[in-house]
Amino acid sequence: MKWSTAAALSLALALNVFGARAPKSAECLACHDDKGAGFQASVHGSLSCTDCHSDKNAYPHQANAAKVKCDTCHAEPAGGVAASVHASVSRQACQGCHGEVHAILASSNPKSATYPTNLPRTCGACHGDGNLAKQHGLAEVYAKYMDSIHGFALTKDGLLVAASCFSCHGSHKILSKKDPASRTNRAHVADTCGACHAGPRQDYMAGIHGQGAATGNSRAPVCTDCHTTHQIASVRTAAWQMKTTATCGKCHQEQLQTYRDTFHAQVSALGYVETARCWDCHGFHDIRPPTDPKSTVARRNLQATCGKCHSGVTMSFISYQPHADRHNRQAYPALWGSWIFMNLLLAGVLGFFALHAVLWLNRSLAERRSSPAGGSTGK
Amino acid sequence: MESNTPSAIISEAARAGDGWPLSKEPGVRYYTRFSAPQRFLHGFLAVTFLGLAMTGLPLRFSSTPWAMAMAHAVGGFGTILFFHLFNAVVLTVAFLIHVANLAYRIIRRREYGLVWGPTSMVPNLKDIQDFLAQIKWFFFRGPKPKFGRYAYWDKVDYWAVFWGMAIIGLSGYAMWFAPFFAKFIPGSWLNIALLIHGEEAILAVGFIFTIHFFNTHLRPDSFPMDLVIFTGRMTEEELKHRHPEEHRQLVESGELEKLRAEPPPRWLKNFGWSFGAAAIAIGFVFLSLMVVAFVKE
Repeated sequence: MKWSTAAALSLALALNVFGARAPKSAECLACHDDKGAGFQASVHGSLSCTDCHSDKNAYPHQANAAKVKCDTCHAEPAGGVAASVHASVSRQACQGCHGEVHAILASSNPKSATYPTNLPRTCGACHGDGNLAKQHGLAEVYAKYMDSIHGFALTKDGLLVAASCFSCHGSHKILSKKDPASRTNRAHVADTCGACHAGPRQDYMAGIHGQGAATGNSRAPVCTDCHTTHQIASVRTAAWQMKTTATCGKCHQEQLQTYRDTFHAQVSALGYVETARCWDCHGFHDIRPPTDPKSTVARRNLQATCGKCHSGVTMSFISYQPHADRHNRQAYPALWGSWIFMNLLLAGVLGFFALHAVLWLNRSLAERRSSPAGGSTGK
Repeated sequence: MESNTPSAIISEAARAGDGWPLSKEPGVRYYTRFSAPQRFLHGFLAVTFLGLAMTGLPLRFSSTPWAMAMAHAVGGFGTILFFHLFNAVVLTVAFLIHVANLAYRIIRRREYGLVWGPTSMVPNLKDIQDFLAQIKWFFFRGPKPKFGRYAYWDKVDYWAVFWGMAIIGLSGYAMWFAPFFAKFIPGSWLNIALLIHGEEAILAVGFIFTIHFFNTHLRPDSFPMDLVIFTGRMTEEELKHRHPEEHRQLVESGELEKLRAEPPPRWLKNFGWSFGAAAIAIGFVFLSLMVVAFVKE
């Protein structure tokens, strides 16, 4: 981009030098004074009017003057937009994001519409519009992003390292996530997020989820399957931690069901976050199957894993089954037997005394009818 | 028991400053059935049992909306668990005091009547005979049995608490101090501990909030409430009809008049009514929630 701009400027200067009758910008402003105010301060302030309006170097202007084309100088960005999802948006695609054409500021200028902290609002001008989103079959992402950890960090805390729209979607050549070349395509999500989150990416790629995704397993989750896309919350908030078991359970339904029967789950459902949830035992990002010696739930590592919460963990203690299924007779015969016994006891005792109570009630009422003298007689 | 004597009860009531309504019930004679410590034990048992049920049920059925609402209302599971454990400790202490008191009375004071006989809680042949006679009576095939001091269903109530304390208490403490207990039992037994703890608790809650309430309070003969556990005394009429065998023995041995008591003061009756009504109301609310959740499960 830089070299092409430089080349274009050189060309323009050359034309200015050798062009015999090129008018000064001041001459243009004699009529077009409304364009002058922002222009001097803009990124194009050092150019003269005719650098862009090259066919208006004479007065009166020649008829049928051509429209100014940004891609004369900015060929690469313009080419990107033309190949992007925004190609069909409008003829004024550049101004849509960069603002009024005579007042465009450099993206590095904090006042620029495309400065990272301002960019979400710029994109939100369209993408925060519910009707527009519906019309194009898009998710309403703006509000979600603004409430996310990225949105807060960028727009409230002013952290330039926080992800802005372009960090994930790119700037000019934004592609649909369905496009295999898109940075937000499932195949590239780990790399896109990993551009900033290098540590988690490395762990993820070592784990069973990353391994699966790398080999093209469409059921293996990528970053956004667990963390969501725009609504990403801080993993340190209780609100997010409360949801994690359900998140894992979207795929691991059976494990979620068996976890629900245990003490850990009963505790977690009621908002007590200091309890073992999926990732407390299985880890996160670097999740490995129990057969992998490096897994946190491999037998030889269980004492350490349980020991994170429980002090004095013995080998006997780790025979506890965090996913015991009382319905599974083969795998957990003692638990199954206890369950059957307790249910029989429950039904037997309550059933017996319920019958006893009904018969008693019937007999007492019959007695009352035969001797209506009062409640205390005939007891 | 010092507070068991009629004079102690009279002086207790006199201190309360309530006008004795002796003249309001001429000819009605009251007799002591439960001593003050026994009534306090029942009170502790009732309060801690309700406390344990109200905190335990949201845990057992933690995914129900009402459980989450309760957790939300009190500031989360940590609070619920705290009160569950607090009630458990109070109940355990009350239970241990009861057992220690029994041991003292049996071993040191040689009150062998507690172990065996007409005033003992230990089931005997008469209980079986009474039960069979009661069944016959249910079907209009015989007279109503003459119950002694404790009917067979009273004994079931009593031993159900013993059984429940042992099973629920042990499994609960095993989970509370899991790594310690795992030194003696395999960790996989902790899975069973939770299952038994929850199921036995459902049985206890189901039993107390239906069977116990019906047998002692809500059946037509007692409806709506039997105040004897709160006031500690019953009328001669009630004694004669509910515990005819005990009455006969007391008359024969001449012990009856030693149990003579003043009528219960009004404040005590009012307290009994309020306490009992609150317990029954709370019981029914949690019983309904539990039944719905259990059936849905």
